Amino acid sequence: MPGLFGESFLDLIGLVLLFPLAGAIVNGLCGKKLSPSIVGFIGCATVGLAFLISILVFLDLLKLSPEHRLFEKEFFTWIGSGSFTAVAGLQVDPLSTVMILVVTGVGFLIHVYSIGYMHGDEGFYRYFTYLNLFTFSMLLLVLANNFLLMFIGWEGVGLCSYLLIGYWFEKKSASSAGKKAFIVNRIGDFGFILAILLIFVTFNTVDFTEVFHSAPKQLTTGSLVATVITLLLFLGATGKSAQIPLYTWLPDAMEGPTPVSALIHAATMVTAGVYMVVRCNVLFVMSPFSLTIVAVIGGATALFAATIGLAQNDIKRVLAYSTVSQIGYMFLACGVGAFVTGIFHLITHAFFKALLFLGSGSVIHALGGEQDMRKMGGLKKYLPTTYKTFLIGTLAIAGIPPFAGFFSKDEILLEAYTKGNLLFWGLGAFAALLTAFYMFRLLFMTFHGKSRMDKHVEEHVHESPMNMLLPLMILAFLSVVGGFLGFPAASAINNFLAPVVGGRGHIGMVNGGETHHVSQNLMFSMMGLSTGIAIVGIMLAYILYCKKPDLPAQIAGRFKFVYNILLNKYYVDEIYDATIVNPTIKSSFFLWRWIDVRIIDGFVNGVARFVELKSEVLRLFQTGFVRNYALSMLLGGIIIIICALFFL
Amino acid sequence: MSFPILTVATFLPLAGAIWILFIDKKKEEKIKQIALVTSIGAFIMSLPLYFNFNLTTHEFQFVENIPWIKEFGISYHVGIDGISLFLFLLTSFLTCIAILASWTIKERIKEYMISMLVLATGMLGVFISLDLFLFYVFWELMLIPMYLLIGVWGGPRRIYATIKFFIYTMAGSVLMLLAILAIHTLNYKETGEHTFDLLKMYDLDIPMGTQFWLFLAFFFAFAIKVPMFPFHTWLPDAHVEAPTAGSVILAGVLLKMGTYGFIRFSLPLFPYASHQFVPFIAWLALIGIIYGALVAMVQEDLKKLIAYSSVSHLGFVMLGIFVFNIQGLEGSILQMVNHGLSTGALFLLVGMIYERRHTRMIADFGGLAKQIPIFAVFFMIVTLSSIGLPGLNGFVGEFLVLLGTFKSNVLNATFATTGVVLSACYMLWMFQRVMFNKLSNKKNQNMADINSREWAIILPIVILIFWIGIYPKPIISRLDSSVNHLLTRVDEKYKTTLNKVTKDKEKLALKEDNVWK
Repeated sequence: MPGLFGESFLDLIGLVLLFPLAGAIVNGLCGKKLSPSIVGFIGCATVGLAFLISILVFLDLLKLSPEHRLFEKEFFTWIGSGSFTAVAGLQVDPLSTVMILVVTGVGFLIHVYSIGYMHGDEGFYRYFTYLNLFTFSMLLLVLANNFLLMFIGWEGVGLCSYLLIGYWFEKKSASSAGKKAFIVNRIGDFGFILAILLIFVTFNTVDFTEVFHSAPKQLTTGSLVATVITLLLFLGATGKSAQIPLYTWLPDAMEGPTPVSALIHAATMVTAGVYMVVRCNVLFVMSPFSLTIVAVIGGATALFAATIGLAQNDIKRVLAYSTVSQIGYMFLACGVGAFVTGIFHLITHAFFKALLFLGSGSVIHALGGEQDMRKMGGLKKYLPTTYKTFLIGTLAIAGIPPFAGFFSKDEILLEAYTKGNLLFWGLGAFAALLTAFYMFRLLFMTFHGKSRMDKHVEEHVHESPMNMLLPLMILAFLSVVGGFLGFPAASAINNFLAPVVGGRGHIGMVNGGETHHVSQNLMFSMMGLSTGIAIVGIMLAYILYCKKPDLPAQIAGRFKFVYNILLNKYYVDEIYDATIVNPTIKSSFFLWRWIDVRIIDGFVNGVARFVELKSEVLRLFQTGFVRNYALSMLLGGIIIIICALFFL
Repeated sequence: MSFPILTVATFLPLAGAIWILFIDKKKEEKIKQIALVTSIGAFIMSLPLYFNFNLTTHEFQFVENIPWIKEFGISYHVGIDGISLFLFLLTSFLTCIAILASWTIKERIKEYMISMLVLATGMLGVFISLDLFLFYVFWELMLIPMYLLIGVWGGPRRIYATIKFFIYTMAGSVLMLLAILAIHTLNYKETGEHTFDLLKMYDLDIPMGTQFWLFLAFFFAFAIKVPMFPFHTWLPDAHVEAPTAGSVILAGVLLKMGTYGFIRFSLPLFPYASHQFVPFIAWLALIGIIYGALVAMVQEDLKKLIAYSSVSHLGFVMLGIFVFNIQGLEGSILQMVNHGLSTGALFLLVGMIYERRHTRMIADFGGLAKQIPIFAVFFMIVTLSSIGLPGLNGFVGEFLVLLGTFKSNVLNATFATTGVVLSACYMLWMFQRVMFNKLSNKKNQNMADINSREWAIILPIVILIFWIGIYPKPIISRLDSSVNHLLTRVDEKYKTTLNKVTKDKEKLALKEDNVWK
């Protein structure tokens, strides 16, 4: 069959993009007239087809020898000016293949789930248009073979995120959250754009292959240029991937429909920053300083967001902060140079976090839109399938073996210790304790104990339809087995991604020998330790939220100060408002009312008035009719010309 | 001589205006139709310029050169190169759109359409003139109908706005006229020939000190038009008072006269002074980008917001012109076209809701996306184009300008890039307050979605927005030769002057005195 289309399925890579785009166009232009089932079918089928092609591409890529696993296809020159060229070209390599599999695979499940979740919504076609457009943009982001084309996808996913967060735009909180997401992302993009400019000026190209090829030759490790480029890129990553200091948009983004939170704000888009850092690993390893910054920001975010997660009562917000925290782990891994581990956690996180969000969606769906965990409880018996899958997801994120999250998180901690230092490990380990605690707090508050639901809500509680449960089950399955992609350590994913990260993906356990032995000892003791940490967290949650449900309130009362800080998310939003947003608006008013209206216009009007007063005689000519002025100007012009010509 | 296509395309609107002159003013439909047909005719006539354009030469194409007033050396010399091609096309395109958008004008339709058509000829003429005098004639010709459009068909404060516009532009025009005459004289002294031919002036070697003053004179004329900070305060008033079509033309074409003037006249005629003024202009441009964006953010009137956003966008254009490299200049030219399309479309869209609600105050709206969803889609696309979303037109120009700036001055580029953040702030905040949230104002609850005429107005622009964003190559490739040639010439002449300056500074100082005696 490949013969029909070209040499191999790799040639079909364009179709992976084309299908979701076509879906978006068809649904966008005629979705209003189509029935919802057709709209849903188009939305899902296009992503499903993209997934199938992605698998074929993946299989074809495997047939090549590891060092030849790079396929580029260029379509046309997008921008060319002088020596600057940016092509519309795609790149298939192990990293982009892993990403398209995750994006289309998890994306497909979430599309299917959405049919049930969004059933009956009046903007059904609009929703699927945006969702398909998002898939297209995300695929463009990961498949682009140069920085500038990647930037189209980068901003494209930002746009779709904006549109989907503000999907229920009649709610002011939703439209504000969308706007906030876009603007905060733009602050990151400020860094990204400058990075692209500096990359071009340094390497005279924005093509990935060429840049990464010439970087080691052209720059010395630790040079200022390498550090500036990578820090600017990382600024972009903190915006897109919701890290300190630009994470504040993500919790607000929970205003969007829950499947959107699962797809965009958990599984795919928010991890784009991680993808970008891994893609640019050649540049990052050239700047130890930048790597340290990445690790510190990642570790700090992991812990910081986890502490906020402790005190939140909105089920989706807890998950949002846990996403921020988990992405922090991925950056921590990248920062210590364990790029493959970062991607490994990205994959497992995509499985279990999509599962958790879709599970919470199932809960919210069942409760008619209720998101406050204080009004839930005891849902286990009403939503058995949701509960079981959710439990798997919670175990996975808490890091209990053999669930997926255990392997990836454990590996990050191991890398943080061996390649980084005790501080990085400590940040990660403490965050892991908190994660296990707040996730089980969420689980217990939602599914266990006595029902705290409103009467009329309780009467209507129902398990979700099959098209919502099936994706949950598949994701639950993946959350169980996903970890074996990266286990044991000298594993499939490592070997597969090795060409992209130049063998720098992992500590030296692959080689066997002495290193191998020592590391293995360390590895198993680390595994034991992180499992222990997770169990402690779970036990704490069990005591506080199952055994002694009165205790949390008492503790909160006792440590009111700390509790309020956590409940109010360290007042970061308020601080940003007070120090950046409001002063900007105030000074803008000042610029307008004083500089523009008073000073400049005052001057202009003053000149006009001055001339008026001083020219009593000339007033005869000031008829106020513009045509007279024009006439006199023309006459004046002609007189000047005549004078000039005669006297010169 | 071949078919005088430039003349035909330029004067077709004027011919339409004369035709309308002889038609009874009560036949309103017929007047409108004539105006539309002649403007479309002019647009169709200008299309061969695009398709038959020779990409390989920097020479002017479709040239016509006829002596006009021989005694003074004034000739009807017109032609087009890559730099003016797209501004010419943009003008003839936006004229059709503007006339179609004027269908709802109720008063003095005959006079209105005549003004529009005369305006079109004036603007087209400016972009093709290769004779300084001819250029000045067209420059003035287009101003008069613009005054009338604002002063007669404008809003309540139209007289104030017109006079302000008039004072500003006249101040610039007079200085420019003086400068033109001075160049003419300089040329006469050097060559003994009376001529206003621009191409001959390009060869002129103007002494350093003289360049300074002449540059400054042109600078005022053009900077007011652009408008650069702090010469911009006529713009918000003119926009607010102007009828929709007036705003479209004003933002879409008239502002480009200033930036075009810098490229066509200031750079090649005064390369040395241009280089000397770089820090000054770059800072004004940067202030314009940031100041315009900040002030736009707090506007309560939609048209004022868009007007201030123009100050910000044109700051990018100015920045790109004065970095003297290919990406900067090509980005600037592209950005001129992009701004014409995006901002033109924004004014059209605001005009549409103004016609329905007779208000432009942001506070009067909210939740319109529910009431008029198709309008909302168009508004969203144009808004995104204006904030430079990659994949749409605005990004390509903005990025090239930033790249060109970065190559010459990293700090300037960094400041300019903040414009990317700020534009998202003011545009999306505006969009939210107008289109999103609850549809609470009762008066908005029976607004009609866009009609077929409005589709015809906005759809072509949106198609261009996508086209330029996705495949700008046909445009950029047509710019290449001319821009390269211009930059080479400016560079050579700059170096010549620079050498002279260093060689005999004292002699030059003496010479300078003589010129003014």
